[in-house]
Amino acid sequence: MSEHTPTGAQPEEPIGSEPVRLDQGHVQGSGGIPERFANPGLPPHVLRNADLDDKAAKRAEGQVAILFILSILGTVLFLVAYFMVDVRTQVWVPFTNEMSLSNLLLGLGLAFSLLGIGLGAVHWAKTLMPDTEVVEMRHPMRSSDEDRQGFVDTMLEGGESSQLTRRPLLKATFGAAMGLFALPLLIQLGGSMGPLPRNDLSVTFWNGEKGKDGKYVPKKLRLHRDPEDTPIKPSDVTIGSVFHIQPEGLLELHDDILNEMSKASVLLMRLNPTDFQETDKGRKAREWGYEGIVAYSKVCTHVGCPVGLYEQTTHHLLCPCHQSTFDVTNDCEVIFGPAGHPLPQLKIGVDSEGYLIAEQPFQEPVGPSFWERG
Amino acid sequence: MTANTRPADALRADDAPAVAPASPGLKKVGGVAGWIDDRTGAAKGVGYLMKKVFPDHWSFMLGEIAMYSMIVCMLTGVFLTFWFDPSMAHTTYEGSYAPLQGVEMSRAYASTLDISFDVKGGLLIRQIHHWSALLFIVALSVHMLRVFFTGAFRKPRELNWIIGCVLSLLALVEGFAGYSLPDDLLSGTGLRAAQGFMVAAPVIGSYLSYGLFGGTFPGDDIIPRLYSVHILLLPALLIALFTVHIVLVALQKHTQYPGPGKTNDNVVGFPVMPVYAAKAGGFFFIVFGGIALISALVQINAVWVHGPYEPNATTAGAQPDWYMGFPDGALRLLPGFMEFETFGFTWAFPVIIGALLVIPAFYGGMMAYPFIEAWVTGDKREHHLLDRPRNVPTRTALGMAALTLYGVLMFAASNDIIAIKFGMSINDITWILRVLTFVGPVIAFWATKRICLSLQRHDRDLVLHGRETGRLERGAAGDFHEVHEPVDEQTRWTLVQHEETPPLELTSTVDANGVANKKGARKNKLRAKLHSFYFDGAVEPVSPAELEAAHHEHGHEAIESGDKISTH
Repeated sequence: MSEHTPTGAQPEEPIGSEPVRLDQGHVQGSGGIPERFANPGLPPHVLRNADLDDKAAKRAEGQVAILFILSILGTVLFLVAYFMVDVRTQVWVPFTNEMSLSNLLLGLGLAFSLLGIGLGAVHWAKTLMPDTEVVEMRHPMRSSDEDRQGFVDTMLEGGESSQLTRRPLLKATFGAAMGLFALPLLIQLGGSMGPLPRNDLSVTFWNGEKGKDGKYVPKKLRLHRDPEDTPIKPSDVTIGSVFHIQPEGLLELHDDILNEMSKASVLLMRLNPTDFQETDKGRKAREWGYEGIVAYSKVCTHVGCPVGLYEQTTHHLLCPCHQSTFDVTNDCEVIFGPAGHPLPQLKIGVDSEGYLIAEQPFQEPVGPSFWERG
Repeated sequence: MTANTRPADALRADDAPAVAPASPGLKKVGGVAGWIDDRTGAAKGVGYLMKKVFPDHWSFMLGEIAMYSMIVCMLTGVFLTFWFDPSMAHTTYEGSYAPLQGVEMSRAYASTLDISFDVKGGLLIRQIHHWSALLFIVALSVHMLRVFFTGAFRKPRELNWIIGCVLSLLALVEGFAGYSLPDDLLSGTGLRAAQGFMVAAPVIGSYLSYGLFGGTFPGDDIIPRLYSVHILLLPALLIALFTVHIVLVALQKHTQYPGPGKTNDNVVGFPVMPVYAAKAGGFFFIVFGGIALISALVQINAVWVHGPYEPNATTAGAQPDWYMGFPDGALRLLPGFMEFETFGFTWAFPVIIGALLVIPAFYGGMMAYPFIEAWVTGDKREHHLLDRPRNVPTRTALGMAALTLYGVLMFAASNDIIAIKFGMSINDITWILRVLTFVGPVIAFWATKRICLSLQRHDRDLVLHGRETGRLERGAAGDFHEVHEPVDEQTRWTLVQHEETPPLELTSTVDANGVANKKGARKNKLRAKLHSFYFDGAVEPVSPAELEAAHHEHGHEAIESGDKISTH
């Protein structure tokens, strides 16, 4: 290799100007050096062991065959496991603990059956099939100008010969009909998917029975323990304890139980009455409670998860889904996280038999924010 | 061979000998193929396809993994439909899983438990279904990153990029619909949140929710409806779009990495028959086998652990599948004070942004990017050679910034897990991630751009001064210097093949009548700004003249040591 060729310059077709001669005076030139390097072409092909040595090729063949045999053994393992292993047998496996023996053996059998074929085929391709590169040429994606023109002509002629362009009445009515024909299908689908929400997001089981006139008959429902379905007395609620509450009657439902539960669930906690903050909210929270016992909707005002975590020492409620944190001492105001407003409080009292009751239904919609919530 | 031994009907002396008869097996194949070709004329087209050349690179297998895991997912999905009962009707569980015997639950959940405990091999099929779904979305996401960072989305492949984005979006929805079906506590909690997202939508929210759920949450309709979406509507769309995706790849021919012998006008690789038939076909079995192996050894979505869905039950550490992490993380980071009311109507922005806007924003940005980049660079040519990411520093940096944002949001979806595992305050973690949402992408952009430029300079250095051999030589004057070995022609080509920065060409802001076009001028100004942002700090490839100059700089050693160049 001479001094000048390593640059990849192709002396036979210099891209720059001619070499500069010393007797020419001041001539601008690049001395025959091209502006860009040229593509050197494919590197020389390197032969594999199996191309050069018959023994290596034989060895590769053997390896591929072993992989295929492994696949056959895997299939056999699957079949044996399917017919011999009871589906209920458990087995202890390191790192993964107890698991179904049937699942383990069937899975391993299937895996070996498939991996044997796959690895065998790839190994075969890599060792024995041709590995000389093949070059295919590309062509621009676009059609030729004539073809494009031909297409445009066909479409225009079609439009012309159908007389669409000359008959505006047809154009207008056809366009309108085409624009509207999907409407019946869309209306059917959209209109029949479900009932209108009306005030359903704003009322809960605590509102009582719905009368014939659509108004709710107010009833002071007892607070029932969930899932025991028993009423609860203030003396049962010790300081620091928390109870899951449903309105009486809800847990006896069958068909609608989950629908009602998703709105009516309540958390009942007892605080020391002095724990409430001396703010308007704090005082209101205490007043709506009973001797420091307060009831709040359990449905998070963010996206509706149950607010399931109660921190006794700080009196904070935490939603496990997105970590909205509510301060019970200050009427469950949001002190952290994405919830936009406090958990609604249920005003409680005690009935003649000494059981806790709801004095009134929730005074605002429970659960996640919605447009009409107001 | 003499003339008289040749029978009369045999070949003439100078004819080529008859071809050896094909083996009986081959004849049979030929017979069937001939029967089909007589009726379809497919031989020509299929023969052409079988000779088609595909370039070889490990990163081209990412899309293949996505394709194969989707096929595995659909195959096992069909199996599952034979046992799964998509009904929310109440039933009492009486299967063989003792802890839940006698528990009231939906038929959907009970039949999922049956698949897991009473159908032989049912658990394996369920686990393969879930693992392949996860792998499908992992593989297609990484495949998209490959396509983005190598610039494979450029003309003529913008359409296929958009189809790919839609496929990825559909895959997310398909996955969400799928893990909502078992009706266990986790899947119900996901649906509960989804209903919360819907009602947050301005104006139409509650109508949307009551329409999709057929009334109050949870109602009886959502699982049968999600079921038909999951097994009919979305798979049909996925298969249709995926077919178009693959046909376009074949039509446009696969892109290839730059290198010696590879140009914008050719494809260098191996033909389908036999190499890719074996490699790609074998790879399907490897992917399927790999998924089966994981499904045998690693339990996923143990639906029996948390019991049936109840609206008032919950579990700490609930998380969606990984690909729904980024919107879920956004939901956790958005502060509650962003919710407010106007005229008695609620704007629940923490939910609207996190649940309803984050996904469209990400996908909108991805789909728009090829067009924005083409407008800024003014590049309207076809590109079949991929970019090395370092050679397009701004695109690479933008991609890393977006990926960082995605990563921060995804981490945020695990803020409770991180808090527990590392014993940190969840509020601190949330605040750190809130700051990182804004700062992280900026740092990532800056760092990536610097790294790209440094790598480019390193490439230049390698071309100009050769490779450091680590060998010291003692000069005539007693001095020591390290021997540098020039890179060979093929290696060098990969390092110098990319294009120089194109000059900015603005369109005329004066129309045919010589009247200044103000809007055009503003557009030009924006383009000029973006152009200089895009090409800021560009490092140009080494030119032959520069290499020549570098040789001369090293003077005599270069000549004396033959093809070895040394620096002082």
